Amino acid sequence: MSRGLPGRVHRLRGGSAFVIVALLPAVVLHVVFVLSPYAQSFYLSLTDWNGLAGSASFVGLDNFAQLGSDGLFLDAVRNNLFLLLVMPVMTVAIGLILASTLKMGSKSRRGELFGSRLYRIVFFLPQVLSVSVIAVLWGSAYSPNSGLINGVLRGVGLDGLARSWLAEPRLALVAVMVVMVWSGAGFYLVLFTAALEGIPREIYEAALIDGANGWVTFWRITLPLLRENVQVAFVYLGMAALDGFALVQIMTVGPGGPDGATEVIGLSLYRAAFTYGKFGYASAMGVALFFGSLVFAVFALGGGRRTQTELA
Amino acid sequence: MSPDSLSRRSVLRSAAAVGLSTSLLTACVTGGRDSAETPASRGTKDANNPFGVENGRPLEVVAFKGGYGDDYVKNAEKLFNSRYARSTIDHKGLQKVGDTLRPRFVANTPPDVVDNTGDGRLDISTLVSSRQLTDLAELLDAPSWDDPTVKVRDTLLPGVVDDGSFGGTCLCLNYVYTAYGFWYSKSLFDQRGWAYPSTWDGMVSLSEEIKKAGISPWTYQGKYPEYVSEPLLTMAGKTGGPALLKAIDNLEPNAWRTEAMTNAAEAFAELAGKGFIMPGSEALSHTEAQAAWCQGKAAFIPCGSWLESEQKGITPDGFEMAMGVVPPRTSSDKIKATGLEASSSESFIVPAKGKNPAGGLELLRMLFSKGVAKSFAQSAGTLPSVAGSADGIRMSSALASVTAAVKAAGPDLVVYRHRIWYAALAKATDDAVGELINGRITAKEWADRIQKAADAIAKDSSVKKYTRQ
Repeated sequence: MSRGLPGRVHRLRGGSAFVIVALLPAVVLHVVFVLSPYAQSFYLSLTDWNGLAGSASFVGLDNFAQLGSDGLFLDAVRNNLFLLLVMPVMTVAIGLILASTLKMGSKSRRGELFGSRLYRIVFFLPQVLSVSVIAVLWGSAYSPNSGLINGVLRGVGLDGLARSWLAEPRLALVAVMVVMVWSGAGFYLVLFTAALEGIPREIYEAALIDGANGWVTFWRITLPLLRENVQVAFVYLGMAALDGFALVQIMTVGPGGPDGATEVIGLSLYRAAFTYGKFGYASAMGVALFFGSLVFAVFALGGGRRTQTELA
Repeated sequence: MSPDSLSRRSVLRSAAAVGLSTSLLTACVTGGRDSAETPASRGTKDANNPFGVENGRPLEVVAFKGGYGDDYVKNAEKLFNSRYARSTIDHKGLQKVGDTLRPRFVANTPPDVVDNTGDGRLDISTLVSSRQLTDLAELLDAPSWDDPTVKVRDTLLPGVVDDGSFGGTCLCLNYVYTAYGFWYSKSLFDQRGWAYPSTWDGMVSLSEEIKKAGISPWTYQGKYPEYVSEPLLTMAGKTGGPALLKAIDNLEPNAWRTEAMTNAAEAFAELAGKGFIMPGSEALSHTEAQAAWCQGKAAFIPCGSWLESEQKGITPDGFEMAMGVVPPRTSSDKIKATGLEASSSESFIVPAKGKNPAGGLELLRMLFSKGVAKSFAQSAGTLPSVAGSADGIRMSSALASVTAAVKAAGPDLVVYRHRIWYAALAKATDDAVGELINGRITAKEWADRIQKAADAIAKDSSVKKYTRQ
């Protein structure tokens, strides 16, 4: 006891030294490879740098002013907003429904549907595939003449429903979104399943005794208790919805087509920088996107927090 | 392009990725200053050494190692070493030329010779406007490797110097000569008694006949509508002649609304309207469309002369691939019927800030020699831009048809420059062509859309303009 105090101080000092040593490399790397590029992008967005010249001239906010009259960029914004509004909701809904079905759907003693582990693995599988593999797979599934989807439709006599999925302006973006949902749902299924494990079974049993059916249990118990997980899912999915670059680049007509129907901001940015040699303008798109994502993230997290206190 | 380079990261990351790639190379842009320009020293010049190469000064070469490999560049390097034995050559064969070289251009330490080719190449007009390239006039006016009485300029096929010229200065030389047209299977046509038509009307009636025979007359690389833009613009160019080519390239008002343009657009819209195009083509990638064509599901496909090498291993034996030129649409076309769209690719440049520009020029002089070009023609099965270099080699039916078309056309070429000068205009054209050939817009709307895009570029002061004489 007599040596307790100095001992504690000593431990604390050693601890903070350890913390500093452990964090320093990460902080340095973060500053060099994340923060400084951001800062440079902000600066470049105010210049006309072409990506190859040794110098660039300052053009003020011209690049940002140009964004407003760039038809293809506006298409991209519209498409990303569409994805942002629809894709996360669909993915979360499917993930939630599957998770609670697997968990609660069965009255078996272990409280799990038969073979639910297998289902989980199957649904999670897209997550371990590289996004380019997914894009190529789905690209061939959507292929109009030899593709799986039209093949199945024709096989069951629904020839009239066969389409050029990626070449029709009204279907192309939805077709891309389906791939996003497909590849994301499995991950959220696993995430929500893990969260469901944390809900005490007694609550469900009590509800069951009170005569609540599956639907009511889902809305009144499962969903409110998963709110935090759902909220995080929305943030991640929102980020994915604002991206979409790789899928669009590999799968779609053009890419980004037909005629801008699947254009996304990332693709516009990539094209401006690497095809048109307008790095300044591309950086302006990046900066605009940065603020867009930031607003979304603040909104999604802040909006949820209020309802959460209500719950507690 | 590398589709997965940004992969499945959040948007914040993709913004950062651009920031990152720029930051590593913006040391100069955001901080430094341009180093004073001091031209690299040269040795003494003489008849055998027109650029004053110093024997012993090292040479760095970066070649694109794509479908044609980079052995032909190494052949030229062997020649270089045999004359300048004390110079060591650092050779790199790469796929992503741009990613590797962008920082070196920004830092003013580029290699001495670059084959700037492939999906990841650096945008040539950006290189030009950043003054990163050596004027190749000195090379063009130097005696050629094989015959000192003939200048290098005069050993090249028509259009090659123009292809590499920006504002009248030749800044890159392209090694591969590409002709564009419609491709068909000669054996299929012989067997059915069909002949490649010499007019567009003939093409339409042949398409009718092919359709009756139960084969789709046409398919195209639907995911990439530029495959249709090429023949469409060629057809218009043949009708309108050099005056139209010039007007389009110089972004003149209403050039896209001329009759030659809209009628050509109508002709292609009609192919779709009459049901001549294989259903589903609009969503096929180039590999899928070309495979369907090789399987005999469609009779014609538009493409450049790289088609044969691209279809290696897919083309059935006895297919006898052949290319025909875009037939004239009117009898009063201003460019003769055999007129051909041809351009050169595989761009070789000598960076202005390299350490051994004399060596770079000399290597190109050797690369464009008959011997090196001939062995390239043999191994790659395609036409190099050195005149006569494919003479006397054993040719496939595809290469033979291309060589014959190039000979028949002579100097009558349909060449547009705007697609290289203004990449954004090419994108607008291709989007509109996709809409046109799928019947979603009319020929007039097509012309209006592209004219609007051309006008916007003409007005945009941030885009460097070029003019064609």
